[in-house]
Amino acid sequence: MSNPNALLHRRDVVNELLRDRADLLVIAGLGAPNWDVSAAGDHPNNFPLWGAMGAASMIGLGLALAQPKRKVLVITGDGEMLMNIGSLATIAVEAPKNLTIAVLDNERFGETGMQKTPTASGVDLAAIATACGIRTSRIVRTMAEVTELRDLAHEGRGTAFAQIKINPEALVFVMPPADGVILTTRFRQSVLGDEALYN
Amino acid sequence: MAEAAKSRAEAAPALPTWPDEIYRVLKDAGIRQVAMVPDAGHSRLIRSFEADPETRVVTLTTEEEGVAMLAGAWLGGERGVLLLQSSGVGNCINMLSLPVICHMPLLMIVTMRGDWGEFNPWQIPMGQGTRPSLEAMGVIVNKVDEPDLVASTVQGAANLAFNTWKPVAVLIGQRVLGAKNFKELARK
Repeated sequence: MSNPNALLHRRDVVNELLRDRADLLVIAGLGAPNWDVSAAGDHPNNFPLWGAMGAASMIGLGLALAQPKRKVLVITGDGEMLMNIGSLATIAVEAPKNLTIAVLDNERFGETGMQKTPTASGVDLAAIATACGIRTSRIVRTMAEVTELRDLAHEGRGTAFAQIKINPEALVFVMPPADGVILTTRFRQSVLGDEALYN
Repeated sequence: MAEAAKSRAEAAPALPTWPDEIYRVLKDAGIRQVAMVPDAGHSRLIRSFEADPETRVVTLTTEEEGVAMLAGAWLGGERGVLLLQSSGVGNCINMLSLPVICHMPLLMIVTMRGDWGEFNPWQIPMGQGTRPSLEAMGVIVNKVDEPDLVASTVQGAANLAFNTWKPVAVLIGQRVLGAKNFKELARK
């Protein structure tokens, strides 16, 4: 990209997406998006991934279909999205109104030494999402556009996708619980109530 | 006329009843989301779910999507089933980390290829690798080779999955499905 100093900072982006989050349900892809979402505040309505690369968007779909009255926001990275890029076709066909996918695109595999991903060579994820049939699909480069995306995610008026161009900065890790049983159980208890503990 | 109709009915091979039986079993288990990559062996079951307004049938581009989708369904309080062919099991391997480490139920119904009577050599590696790769990932595997036992096997697997939060796969063997032979369809 032209001027890295003009690129958005990932934690500013995530803090804005999660501002006044109310009862928003959040899936975070593995690696830096997990740490970013956790840095904005650990929360029972977060399901941050520590593995299962490629899962984030489809967990979002299953959850959005199961909870049509709640808004679901998937925050993941460009590498994680690319690993299961076909899911955009699946999601476009199902088109749940309450699902937004925000890809933090630093054009790098950040956890493994900042190797370039295909987006560094110009692969346009937003265009792929559009071509799949997700009509609200865009590249985001400014904080004003991040605020618009935040409002879309919170309003849930149609499946939305954004490829947010961010600075490839390496930040301190902020980790949520790593135990998948804790993450699953507290999420289900928060969304479904105490009944979730009994079945 | 009645005699002729009767003899025709006797001559026609009886349609297998197990697809309808497992549809009932899965409905009784409370299945709402059906994630699938189609297989001929599942076609009748898929048609039943597609005709059912209470279930959402989602066609996947690859089977691992279904593992993740049903994890999301569970997080949101819905039960689902993943319908796939044995070749698709190979696509799921790393994604199975998710239900295994999170103690989430996952019910997979796998129609076998590369099994009894297979004609296509390219189906053999994954067909023979299906059970060991699932078991290597911590999935409980129940194989069924008798049409009369399919429904009870699926019922037991559903109970196991949803009551003990385990990934469970039912493998329906080619003895049940009938082995295809595309060579019979090819020009001689």
